[in-house]
This record gives sequence, structure tokens and C-alpha cells, in this order.
Amino acid sequence: MSKTFDVRKLLADNLVVVIFLVITAFAVPVSGLSAQFIIQELLTRIGRNAFLVFSLLLPIMAGMGINFGMVLGAMAGEIGLIVAVDWGILGVNGLALAALVGMPVAVILGWLAGEVLNRAKGREMVTGYILGFFMDGVYQLIVLYMMGSIIPIRSPAITLSRGYGIRNTLGLDSVRQSLDTLLAVRIGPYVLPMATYIVIAFLCLFILWFRRTKLGQDMRAIGQDQGVSHSAGIAVERTRIIAIVISTVLAMIGQIIFLQNMGNMATYNAHKQTGFFAAAALLVGGASVSKATIPNVFVGVVLLHLMYIVMPRAGAQLFGQAQIGEFFRDALSYAAIAMALVIYAWRKRANAEKARAGLRGGQAAGGAK
Amino acid sequence: MNRLKQAVIDFGWPRIIIFLFVVALFIGAPFVNVRVDSSFTDVFNRFGQNAVLVLALVPMVQAGCGLNFGLPVGIIAGLLGSTLAMEFGLVGWAGFLGAIGLAIPFAAAFGFAYGVLLNKVKGEEMTIAMYVGFSIVTFFAILWLLLPYSSPNMVWGYAGRGLRTTITLEGYWGRILNDFLAVRIGENFQFPTGMILFVILLTVLTGIFFRSKTGTAMTAVGSNPDFARAGGVSADRMRLTSVVLSTVIGAVGILVYQQSFGFIQIYNAPLFMAFPAVAALLIGGASVNKASMLNVIVGTFLFQSILTMTPSVINSVLQTDMSEVIRILISNGMILYALTRKTKVTK
Repeated sequence: MSKTFDVRKLLADNLVVVIFLVITAFAVPVSGLSAQFIIQELLTRIGRNAFLVFSLLLPIMAGMGINFGMVLGAMAGEIGLIVAVDWGILGVNGLALAALVGMPVAVILGWLAGEVLNRAKGREMVTGYILGFFMDGVYQLIVLYMMGSIIPIRSPAITLSRGYGIRNTLGLDSVRQSLDTLLAVRIGPYVLPMATYIVIAFLCLFILWFRRTKLGQDMRAIGQDQGVSHSAGIAVERTRIIAIVISTVLAMIGQIIFLQNMGNMATYNAHKQTGFFAAAALLVGGASVSKATIPNVFVGVVLLHLMYIVMPRAGAQLFGQAQIGEFFRDALSYAAIAMALVIYAWRKRANAEKARAGLRGGQAAGGAK
Repeated sequence: MNRLKQAVIDFGWPRIIIFLFVVALFIGAPFVNVRVDSSFTDVFNRFGQNAVLVLALVPMVQAGCGLNFGLPVGIIAGLLGSTLAMEFGLVGWAGFLGAIGLAIPFAAAFGFAYGVLLNKVKGEEMTIAMYVGFSIVTFFAILWLLLPYSSPNMVWGYAGRGLRTTITLEGYWGRILNDFLAVRIGENFQFPTGMILFVILLTVLTGIFFRSKTGTAMTAVGSNPDFARAGGVSADRMRLTSVVLSTVIGAVGILVYQQSFGFIQIYNAPLFMAFPAVAALLIGGASVNKASMLNVIVGTFLFQSILTMTPSVINSVLQTDMSEVIRILISNGMILYALTRKTKVTK
């Protein structure tokens, strides 16, 4: 990466953030929601969502773009939770069991995803996205048809009345908010789910440490240039698979944290939007498809969710219809992802053309039209 | 023998399995008391209903822009066409043709902007196309609520504004192509002649286009951009043309779909419409950078046969509704297979 286009680059890097800030800054007062309500909601949502967003960091580091295949991890987490609820394990122990059961599932799925993505180099993102759809079919096959018939399920309360298959909505009463309330700290009018925050803090430390390890360095090298890394003796394919496996496992834990906060699980839909929300949050936080940092995660979660909180009310106030606000926030989130992808692709191509112009004799300043 | 083996490898095992699966479904149907004649009626209906949307993918694949996951861009233009035609009170053939006429300028304009964007992001088209599609669908969801439509057949009754989620074409141009020259044989079989003729017409026109000078140049850009450039073809312009063409055919495609289905579906309905179309094209033997008219016809027929037959046949055999899962696995499995095949990635 050259440093010639610094100002443009800075603007392009933060264009998405700036647009989001402006729109949200406008929508917050319009919504008429109290600051206290908004802040409490944000504090809850940081605990609920940050972990999931973190699961995207490593594949980006390894140059694989946004891992839309993280939904595989979310499905593994849901399978873990189904088992925990079925066995009737209460509280944090139930969550730990869910993670323990989800772990091998996530590792296998992650490995599988890594293998698939290695066969689709250069189009990992779209492949990961479709892989998520495909695995959704497999998930339905297992949860809707095999659980209760082939896989033993003890509790009739969670199976459909026909005798097999899990109900569409799974009440997570036994583990509801057990992590959030484990160490809830009151500061003034606000309740902070400290235990969840501590888990997230540990994850941050893990990521900081991981970047310094040999494996982390290898990943960054691959993210820069696969060919050079290969010549330097790095096992490119294996390292990419490991990045995806870790990402999938983190998404598994993230989904468990997310669902324990929600308290209910839409068995067949809970994971469908996971990838979209995580990707949107990260990109809104100023990350690009090739570079993402820990601050990006927090900025993104706060900004995206601030918008999700205020937009329906703002829509209701402005147009008399909350639905407009809801459509607007969806449109904006999709557009944010599209825009971040465009900026990344456009810059990648501009750099490639500049490199080619350099080879030709460097007379053209490059393809930055 | 070796040639046969090579042909099998070229065609791909997944397609052969799917083909055998369809054959098995049709053979098995009478044994589980599923009427073959009414099944065929459904298959032909759904074939015609979806074929134009599948056809819309071909120009972009041929020009090297990859699978057009941004098909909703064209679909939105089509929705604008049909809602405007209804608003103007056009009925019957005037309505259907008017909808096409109104949709095409929108499709051309949207397609142009979309194509300019895709030209700037070569190599990442597919992911971006997908999110451009999602963005435009959700953005238009706002407009459906805000645009000043007033026809009482389209807007919410009590509010008096904002379009309904599904708008019936009853009394406008519902099934107008399907019933045109329709041939009825026996009690349960009806052949939607008009719609099939329309599909064939569009397919042949597209086929002729690809034999023209522009069409050949487009294919050249898709198979070897450097070679095409050496031959004096502007790659960017050809790609742009392909995207506009794809979007326009997509707009017509949704109109054909609507008249057969009988309803206009708006808001979030078009969000995932590109995926089944892509799956159908790939099942027909297309790859990420090569597709033909034959692929469209074969693929749509096979895919729609599966969608029609699995609910009835498989459910009778297994006594449970597994068709949804089978649909998800087949369509997305096929897309995955195509994306992971070692083809030259066009950059």
C-alpha cells in the first residue's frame, strides 16, 4: 500500500462512518427518546453483539474478506443451546455446556468452510454467503427432522407436537440472561452486565495476543500477499482454514451470548441475520474488507445499534409510520455494506492499475478516475 | 468411452444426480397417487413463469461480470412498471404491454448506473451485486410507502396510501399470457401456450443478439478481456451493455412472473429472488463465466420440476414435508459447486 493518496484514503476509509454519524445525529433528537433509555439500550446491546462482531476479525486479517460463513458458528451455538435446554442445565452452567457441545460442531463446520473457501479463492465472500444458505438447509434437516427421531431429545416441551423436530421458538428460560446478571453492576441509573463485558475483554486480549504469535503473523502475511507468503514457507491453505475455524468457534460463543440476552430463540431464523448484522456493524465502525481493528468493532456496534434504536421512532415521528424507519435502517445497513465493498474493490483495482502503469514506465498516474 | 467420461466430467456430477432425481420423481409420481398430468401443468406454468428471470442472467455471465445476484435491480424496475400501469388504469393487453413499456426506461436507467458501478469493481462483482440488490429492494420498500399511488386496488384500504404487500392482478392482466391460446387436454392438463411462446421469443431474440457483432464482442470480453481489447473492443462498454441488457430482461422477467402468479409482490419479496434464478441457470449446465440459451431452458425446466414434484412425491413417500429442505440444499449446493470449481477467475 502506498501513501500517496493519504487524504483521499482517509476520507474513503471513513466515508461510511461519517454518513452514519450524520444521519444518526439527525435522527436521535427527532426520535424523542430519552438519553437514559438510549444509553441503557446501548450498554445492553454492546454486551449482546460485540462478541459476534469480533468473530469477523481474523479472516479479514488473513485476507479472506468478511466471513459471511460465520453463520455456521451461530448454528453450532444454537445446537449447543438446544442440548443445554433439553438437559435442563440451569444458568451459567447451561451456557458453558452449550459452548462445550457447540465447540466440536463449530470446529468441524469451520474446517469444512475453510476447505470450501480455499477452493474459491478470490470470491470468498460470496461463497461464504451461499455456504451459509446451504448449511441452513443442513441445520433444518438436523434440527427439524433428526432431533427427536434419530438424535434423542428428552424434553417433550421443546419438541413439536408431531413427536420430532424442535419447536419454532425455543424458550431459553433456564439460561435467560444468566451471564448478564451474573455480575450486574449498577452505576447511577444504568445496569452494566459486567460478566459479559469481562468475557469480551478477555476476547480482546486474546486477539491482541494472537496477532503477535507466529500464527497471527502468518495470517497477516497471507493477507498481504499469498504468493510471497507461500514462497516464505507459510502453509497458506492450512493457515486460512485455521482463521476460519477460530472465526466459527468465536461466532458460536457469540451467538450463545446473544441468545442468552434475548431469552428466546427463533430456532430456524435466529442465525439468518447474524452475518448481516455483524458485517454491517464492523463496516459501519470504519473497518474495511482488508483491515479491521478492535476499536472498529466497538464504534460499529454503538453506531449501528444507535441507529436501530432510534430509527423506528424517528420514522414514526417524521412520517407517522414506524415502518418507514425500519425500512430505512435496513436500507442504510445494506448500503453501508455495499459501499464498503465498493470502496475496497475500487481501491484494490486502482492499486493494481497503478502497479501496472509503473511497469509500463510509470507515465500514467494510475487508474484512480 | 473416454469421450463419454469427459462429457460426464464437463457436465458435472451434481447436475447428473439432479437430472436422475427429476427422472425418478416423474417415474415415481404415479405410484404414490400424484397425478402426472396436473404435475406437468404446474411444471410448464412455473417454467414459463421463471424462465425469463433466468434468461436475464445470461448477458452478464457471458460478458464476464459473473452471476448477477443483483437481479433485484431489474425486478424493481419491473415492479415500477406494473404498479404504474395499474395506477394509470391500464387493463388487459394494454396493461401488460404498458407495464413492459413503462418498466424498460427505468430498467435501462438503473442498469446503466448499476453497470457503471460494476465496471469500477471488477473482480468483486458478485458480492457487491448482491448487496446492491439488497440495498435497492429495501430502499424501494420506503418508496412504496411514500410514493403518491392512489388506485384503490393497490393502496391500503384504511390509510388510503402506501402500497399493499401483495397486489392482485385480477381484473388487470392476470394470467394474460398463460391463457393466450392455452391448450386444454383432459381435465387436469393445460398448456400455457402464450407464455411459453413469449419465453421462446425472448430466448430466440437473445440468442440472435449473441450471434450479432455486439453479442460476439460481449462474449469475447467475457472469455478473454485482453484478447478482446487487442481486437479493438471496449471491455467496459461491453460489460455496461450486458448489465443494462440483463436488467431490462430482468424487468420483463418479473412482469411475466407476475401475470402468471396473479399478484404483484412488493416490499421485501424481491430480496432473495436472484438466488433461485442463479441456481436454475447453473443446474442447466452454465458456469460462472459461460452460459447459453440451452442452459436457461434445461436449467429452468429441471429446477422447476424439482420444486413442483418434491412436495407432492417426497411427502407421499416420507409422510413429512421435506421439500423446503431439499430445495435449499439443491439450489445452494449447486451455486456452491459452481463457485468452487477451478475456473479461470475473470479479473
